[in-house]
Formats: sequence, structure tokens, C-alpha cells
Amino acid sequence: MDLLERFKQGDVDAFETLFRQFQGEVYSWIVQIVRDPGAAEDLTIETFWRIHRSRARFDYRYAFSAWARRIATNLAIDHMRARHLEKELEQEPAVEPADSALQRETREKIQQAFRRLSPKLRATARLVLIEERSYEEVASAFGKPVGAIRTRVFRAARQLQKELERLGIKP
Amino acid sequence: MKREDDHIEKVKRLLQSAFPPMDSQLRRDLWPEILKRMTAAPIAVPWYDWVLIAVPWYDWALIALLTGWVVVVPESILQLLYQF
Repeated sequence: MDLLERFKQGDVDAFETLFRQFQGEVYSWIVQIVRDPGAAEDLTIETFWRIHRSRARFDYRYAFSAWARRIATNLAIDHMRARHLEKELEQEPAVEPADSALQRETREKIQQAFRRLSPKLRATARLVLIEERSYEEVASAFGKPVGAIRTRVFRAARQLQKELERLGIKP
Repeated sequence: MKREDDHIEKVKRLLQSAFPPMDSQLRRDLWPEILKRMTAAPIAVPWYDWVLIAVPWYDWALIALLTGWVVVVPESILQLLYQF
């Protein structure tokens, strides 16, 4: 019997095979959205737990990885909504020691401006602009048309520009 | 369009300078965590799900039809009971 069919029928071995095959990919996707390795591990576990619980609803017309990524994206955005703004500042990787005080200040202002975007805009901008994921890939994960993601990126860029200008930085 | 793309490109460079690349490699196997959950919480299916799974759609249709009939013609209750 096909692996996905066995998974759908509740076969734990089939689920384990799928888990091992896709856990790295799902984690990588989530960590690029939330930028916190600890939270990304928890969200990866939660994603697969939900996949396991809703396996009966799995639709063969979609690839397993696309389904997993859709669930992972929703969970990552919910996590960003719930997360406290200050905490996110602490989670950013440390500034390189070679940075001058001015560069550091600019970097912090950009991060500050970025955090003012809504979770959906932040997640989209992180994936498209920072991680350079394709519009098609991001659109599929959000369950939106490519045009909607382009609009979202444009809105994020415009809002960011306004916020940066307010903070005295001209992009 | 070209101006918009240039603008997005500028913002992209700015963001990439402010957000250093993340290590996106998973460093440990997470399967044991899933196993823990599976043993700790067997899947709870609510009773109404069981009812929906156990009763086929045509039985639900029949129930709806009979309920409608009883509401419209209440005196038919005795006839229906006799049939059952």
C-alpha cells in the first residue's frame, strides 16, 4: 500500500517515515518566519502533531510537503501574534563586533521599524525579502494567489519606508 | 512598475543588512517528542464525530425527512410509531 494511504489510515510507521523525511524542511521554513530556533522546534512538533490528528482529511491532490507547509505557516503566524514584541528583539542573532556604533544603531532602528509591521506582513517580508523565497512558494504556503503576495510585499515595503523615515533613516 | 521594483529592492537590501542570516538546519531529531505526545494523549474524537462517522448520510436524510413530516403533520406520529 502507498505510504500516504497508510499514513491516512493511521499507520504510525508511515507517519514516522513522513516525519523523518519532512521535519528538516518544515523546521527550516518555520525558523525563517519566526527567527527563533527554540520556538521553531516547538512549532515543528505542533505542526506534525496537527498533521497526525487531521490525517483523515489529507487530500491526495496536494503534495504532503505543501500541506505541511500550509499548517506550519499558520502556526508560525499565530505564534508571532502571541509573542511579545520585546522578546523578539532579544532573539535576533548578536550584532557582529566589527559594526560601528552608527551601524548598530541603524540596524536596531530597522529591526524596530520591521517589528511594527503586522505578523502577516512580517512573515511575508521575511520569506520573500530576507530569505529570498519565491513568490510562488510563499503564495502556496499562505494559500493565496501570487498577486496577493506581491501586494503584501509592496505594502510591507511602503510601511517600512514610512516607519524608517519617521526614525530618521532614508532607504 | 520599475520604480516599485527598485523601491522593493532597496528595502530588501536594507532588511538583509539588519537581519543576519539564520541557521535554518534542524540540529536534533524531533520524533521522540512526537512519540511522547502520542503516548501521553491518545486521540480524542468527540462523540458527535463518532455519530457523524457511524451514521451514513442517507440515514441523516431520512431522519430529516421524518422530522419535517412530523412537524407538518403531527397526527402522523402514531402511524410512524406503528411502523417502527
